[in-house]
Amino acid sequence: MSTVDLSVKIGSLILRNPVMLASGTVGYGNEMAEFTDLNKLGGIVTKSLSLKPRKGNPPQRIVETPAGMLNAIGLANVGVEVFLREKIPFLKQFDVPLICNIAASTIEEYVECTKILTVEETIKAFEINVSCPNVREGGLSFGNDLKSVATITDKDRAVTNKPLIMKLSPNVSYIAEFAKTAKENGADAVSAINTLVGAAFNIFTRKPKIQNVTGGLSGPAIKPVAIAKVLEISRQVDIPIIGIGGIMDWRDVIEFMIAGSSAIQIGTLNFIDPSAPGKIVQQLEEHCIKNGIAKISSLIASYQL
Amino acid sequence: MFIINSPLEEILEINHHIYLLKIFSPELTSIIKPGQFLNIRVSERVFPLLRRPFSVCDVDSDHLYLMFNIMGEGTSILAHKPIGSTLDILGPLGNGFNLDGNYETAVIVAGGLGAAPFPYVTRMLNGKKNILSFIGGRTRDDVITYNLKNVKEASDDGSLGFKGNVVQLLENNLELLKSNKIKIFSCGPTVMLRALKEFCLKHNFECEVSTECAMACGFGICQGCPIESTTEKDKYLLVCKDGPVFNIRDVVI
Repeated sequence: MSTVDLSVKIGSLILRNPVMLASGTVGYGNEMAEFTDLNKLGGIVTKSLSLKPRKGNPPQRIVETPAGMLNAIGLANVGVEVFLREKIPFLKQFDVPLICNIAASTIEEYVECTKILTVEETIKAFEINVSCPNVREGGLSFGNDLKSVATITDKDRAVTNKPLIMKLSPNVSYIAEFAKTAKENGADAVSAINTLVGAAFNIFTRKPKIQNVTGGLSGPAIKPVAIAKVLEISRQVDIPIIGIGGIMDWRDVIEFMIAGSSAIQIGTLNFIDPSAPGKIVQQLEEHCIKNGIAKISSLIASYQL
Repeated sequence: MFIINSPLEEILEINHHIYLLKIFSPELTSIIKPGQFLNIRVSERVFPLLRRPFSVCDVDSDHLYLMFNIMGEGTSILAHKPIGSTLDILGPLGNGFNLDGNYETAVIVAGGLGAAPFPYVTRMLNGKKNILSFIGGRTRDDVITYNLKNVKEASDDGSLGFKGNVVQLLENNLELLKSNKIKIFSCGPTVMLRALKEFCLKHNFECEVSTECAMACGFGICQGCPIESTTEKDKYLLVCKDGPVFNIRDVVI
């Protein structure tokens, strides 16, 4: 066997391989492009965009924890207008599906952002962030509330024909309920998981290590939680899942796919080795060749429980 | 900027608990500028997970020198790396000091490990500008004068040189500073930089400062290292990408 079919489907969106770059870990693509050939990837997801620019939280925004990190960036971003004017021209050069992540403080703002962005043909899909743990209004409070997730999905669905992906919070008791609500209201897929709420203290000053007090935990420390959440959704809801959470190498990608992911996103690893995503695509292909896997999509939800 | 594996040739302990790594890396030495930094992956394992940023301390033909003290797990691993092993380095990162300009004397002002970038600055300015170095620390062990020139020392406890902080020492030498056309290059703890900014504004001295902030990536994608701008209202700059060197007037310290 010489060729492997690495392509996967997220609703009507076909990705050449399952490896995407996660929102908030790739900026608007320009820095990552210096380390990894974006054209070799399955897709890239922009930093969360809001209607107006957001300054973000004061420092300290980041602290390392065992096998992970806490961040409270606070959705710092340039806003949709500057994004369309200044960031899209660079991204247009690439032949890689661009997925826009949207974060908002009100339901109306989500809808307004989607309406403005959907006109831009470079944007192939939307990922709706209803699960940011680091802003007071919106974000996680929407992600914790089934009704809000239903309304946002439904209203966003009404203003775009492009694939709609809801990015879900792990900070809930039953994530599958949220995936079910997303599906019932017209979402094409879900991303799981966003970061877990965490905190860390300096034991001498007794102050929190990050200014926002709590932050979002990411990195390999959260991988087993993410795998469990993906599996929970996969067993209960028939919807494509984009698995996210602590992926460090190609083995983790395979594990996420077996647990039910149709595609995956690489996040924290981009900070450590921005050349890794391209290498992982290559290694996935090698793994498939070695193990006689003709279509990587055959791994999706192939768990033997 | 790129990722490169470069061999570690030597580890020197230059002061009490202050280490210097000597790394063979012609790829980096040919392009790195004083004040720029490198982000090093100290371990292949998941803890420590993130790279550790270090400003370039000195460059000597094909060799790169990095100065640090043991702060935690990451720097401890680094201080005990086997000679001959390779270091996974991402760089060069950020903007360095602007050493050009219409000034006669470069005034280096550093506190503690803030002295790290200045051996390279001194090397690049040698023979081109006069150099005066004002170096402070809590006690004599914290006053790092490695490869600096014309050093005046200050220590908080008076165990070495002037008793007091380095900005007080600058005040004491005001006449000398005012008799020259000077430009200040600085790095050190926040309290020191805050006092230095006040000093520079009061006497209208030009000053570039190397800043520090916890960061994950070092090249702009994590957005983890904001520093408030004074020139644009309600705007954060990034220490890693817009800095780490700034005009001291342009940032809130």
